[in-house]
Amino acid sequence: MAEKQNSILTPTTAAAPEGISGQGFFATSLEKAVGLARKNSLWPLPFATSCCGIEFMATMGSHYDLARFGSERLSFSPRQSDLLMVMGTVAKKMGPVLREIYIQMAEPKWVIAVGACASSGGIFDTYSVLQGIDRIIPVDVYVPGCPPRPEQIIDGIIKIQELVGNESLRRRNSAEYEALMKKYNME
Amino acid sequence: MFKINAERNKFVVKILSDNFSEAIVQQEVILDMLCITVTKEAINPFLLFLRDNNELKYDFLTTLCGMHYPEIDQLGVVYHLHSLTNNHYIRVKTATELSNPVLPTATNIWPSANWMERETFDFFGIQFQGHPNLVRILNVDDMTAFPLRKDFPLEDQTREDKDDSMFGR
Repeated sequence: MAEKQNSILTPTTAAAPEGISGQGFFATSLEKAVGLARKNSLWPLPFATSCCGIEFMATMGSHYDLARFGSERLSFSPRQSDLLMVMGTVAKKMGPVLREIYIQMAEPKWVIAVGACASSGGIFDTYSVLQGIDRIIPVDVYVPGCPPRPEQIIDGIIKIQELVGNESLRRRNSAEYEALMKKYNME
Repeated sequence: MFKINAERNKFVVKILSDNFSEAIVQQEVILDMLCITVTKEAINPFLLFLRDNNELKYDFLTTLCGMHYPEIDQLGVVYHLHSLTNNHYIRVKTATELSNPVLPTATNIWPSANWMERETFDFFGIQFQGHPNLVRILNVDDMTAFPLRKDFPLEDQTREDKDDSMFGR
């Protein structure tokens, strides 16, 4: 049973960050407290265009239950979401739409590319398909697979959570981040 | 599938050869479907005749699409027509040069040819003269190539991660 506790499918409650605790109080840095709150309440925006989207529906379903990781509430408005999940083939004609959705999301925001098509174009090495969404928007985590199993998608979400929990509060104001946005011709 | 009607095929061929003897380049029956190739100069009156002749009445344009013959440097268009009143199908083909791919539009005969001609222009680059709005319909607007021509490379040319030796090149 101890082994089962460590499986990604049986998450434990979020561990408290480093800090000073005493009777009736707990003190930690603001950054860690904010990171803890953010990573355990991600609001994903599912951008599902094909079969990877079906796997995601299984991931959200009762069996795999993504809600256990704090992503209970899917947001279908980019303005109210902080994680863009691109799942499936993105045609070149869809590219500007995806880019617009990313721009409309409020900072801080993260992107996960689920499946071979979103990551690299996959088997669709052809004139009409975008060869990976990282050509138009920055991507934080890539999930391989065609399509990936729900376990892999959950693994990707946990990788995102690690990034979210450890992100510096000043990262989005850094010169590095500005250069990244400039690279994608944003702002 | 449509009903085989060899008698009807012969009847249609007779009417057409009586009226367009010099325009018809070739006639054949492929899988029981009558297929007639005409010169591009005659294609518009030929299609109009097929629609308006009282014996024929091909009042429905089932589909229309482009073809590319790289070995003879020609582009072609094939029209699939259906006579709802006679329940008979016919296929009409025509060809134009690759260097100057111009054909008359069929939108003035069947308005449904509009989007199909746009698609044919999009993928083969055939210019339909007289078309009300001949712009790309499926591909991205800023595309300059015609991707269904045989000389268009199938794979995306912007990929850098593919190792040619893995694909026997």
